[in-house]
Amino acid sequence: MTKPISFILNGDEISCDIQDHWTLLHLLREELGLIGTKEGCGNGECGACTVIVDQLAVNSCLYLAADVQGKQIQTIESLAVHTGSLHPIQQSFVDNGGIQCGFCTPGMIMSAKALLDKDPGADQETIKHALAGNICRCTGYVQILDSVAAAGRQMAGNQGEGAAAAKDPGTITQQSMNKKAGEVIT
Amino acid sequence: MKPFTYLTPATMEEAVALFGQHRETARYMAGGTDVIVKIKDGWMGPDYLISLKQIPGLNDLHKNENTGELTIGALVTHAMLEQSLLIRNEYPIIYDAVSNIGSLQVRNMGTIGGNLINAVPSADGAIPLIALDGSALLVGPEGERSVLVKDLFVKPYETVLTPGEILTRITIPAQVPRTGSAYIKFGRRAAMELPLIGIGVLLAVDEDLSTCTRARICLGVAGPTPLRAVKAEQMLEGQPVTSDLLTEAGKRAAEESQVRNSVRGQAWHRKEMIRVQVRRMGLRCLDIINQKARQA
Ligand SMILES: Cc1cc2nc3c(=O)[nH]c(=O)nc-3n(C[C@H](O)[C@H](O)[C@H](O)COP(=O)(O)OP(=O)(O)OC[C@H]3O[C@@H](n4cnc5c(N)ncnc54)[C@H](O)[C@@H]3O)c2cc1C
Ligand code: FES
Ligand code: FES
Repeated sequence: MTKPISFILNGDEISCDIQDHWTLLHLLREELGLIGTKEGCGNGECGACTVIVDQLAVNSCLYLAADVQGKQIQTIESLAVHTGSLHPIQQSFVDNGGIQCGFCTPGMIMSAKALLDKDPGADQETIKHALAGNICRCTGYVQILDSVAAAGRQMAGNQGEGAAAAKDPGTITQQSMNKKAGEVIT
Repeated sequence: MKPFTYLTPATMEEAVALFGQHRETARYMAGGTDVIVKIKDGWMGPDYLISLKQIPGLNDLHKNENTGELTIGALVTHAMLEQSLLIRNEYPIIYDAVSNIGSLQVRNMGTIGGNLINAVPSADGAIPLIALDGSALLVGPEGERSVLVKDLFVKPYETVLTPGEILTRITIPAQVPRTGSAYIKFGRRAAMELPLIGIGVLLAVDEDLSTCTRARICLGVAGPTPLRAVKAEQMLEGQPVTSDLLTEAGKRAAEESQVRNSVRGQAWHRKEMIRVQVRRMGLRCLDIINQKARQA
């Protein structure tokens, strides 16, 4: 069945028609053209499809598009575009070798963001626990854990200066613009 | 994925009525971490998926301070339980079990009710609720009834729920004084793996901090349904709990279990792990009890 939904995607208000059986992953990639979010297993096992729904990391391959009605969604596309510079987590993955082929990276970064937004000082164990559902076939994880810890230190520092929101381009602060679904394709 | 119509009733009555209308062609859905995987894989293909997420009150989590009774709504997610200080401090066995279910992404979606009704022998969430003598409140076309969590399971993938019945909440009676509890999901790794064997132990002791007043030993993946090793529990009750006695109880629990060889593990290994882990979890219960006694 087709039904209209509206939600906030990366700070922008979106209204579009969806099919009941679409996953959020399908909506993002196939309908809205936001192909930063990846599909690995399609079954909740790999974390490549991780996005943030109302501040919680979820597998968009198992999350029904119909259930995003009225919710706030953040995808990897929200991190760098607003200022043109990389988000501290992205920069940290580049600086610390947390990326090789890059396929797992959007999911890793969104899991890391959900954690660090709440707890930038997260210790190694906490980071591991939060990232356990994200599989990487390249890096061996050490560099990823280092990247997240370093990003956390930087984000905590930014917060200390009382300027977290301004320095964090991924935080949804700007007033939502009314856009049609098709217009978000960048 | 096979198309379906997604229905989002706002009340329990509406949900039950929708099920009555569509019957075999309908399925309830909570977090969807099981249902969506099965629809994608073609193991089920409902025409109607009835979401329970819009029904108010189903994700209630609170303890009644007068009666000491804990209420866990069926739609409470594993992550909500994991992050609750009440659960962490007073019901460590629940914390131990839910904090290693799948991944954080799965725990943010998956619910305790879905975990029970799924009825797999490896359901991590079932073991603590059985150990805590929990009961499940069911609402269906015929009205309401209450079933002990330990009696919910019939066989793999089958519960005592009749068509259209909804699990609304689990209630845990007040814990007796000086209770400790612990669970271990034993396997190659905790995250993103089903347990090779799941072992939950709950002990309560007398004022002497030694004589056992209540023992629960619950096992997952040790038979077709989660089960209690009742004979092993009886060995402990009324006795001073020592490491040696816990070793004996562990042996007994291993004998009582109905472990099998499977692709994931051998029966003898599972038995050995029950033997060892019943003792370790028992000792952890005593640690928790002693620590609380010192604080008091
Ligand atoms: C990658 C991955 C890893 C996992 N790891 C684990 C693990 O380590 N341990 C573990 O135990 N499980 C695990 N699971 C299984 C699953 O996530 C859990 O069992 C979860 O708790 C199911 O809850 P849900 O709300 O998502 O259920 P759903 O998929 O919504 O429903 C499951 C079943 O229960 C029925 N149902 C749900 N709620 C109700 C209700 N209130 N009343 C009546 N019927 C209901 C549905 O009709 C369906 O048949 C994993 C799943 C995935 C995808
Ligand atoms: S694609 Fe969603 S978890 Fe693998
Ligand atoms: S960088 Fe290749 S999968 Fe992680």
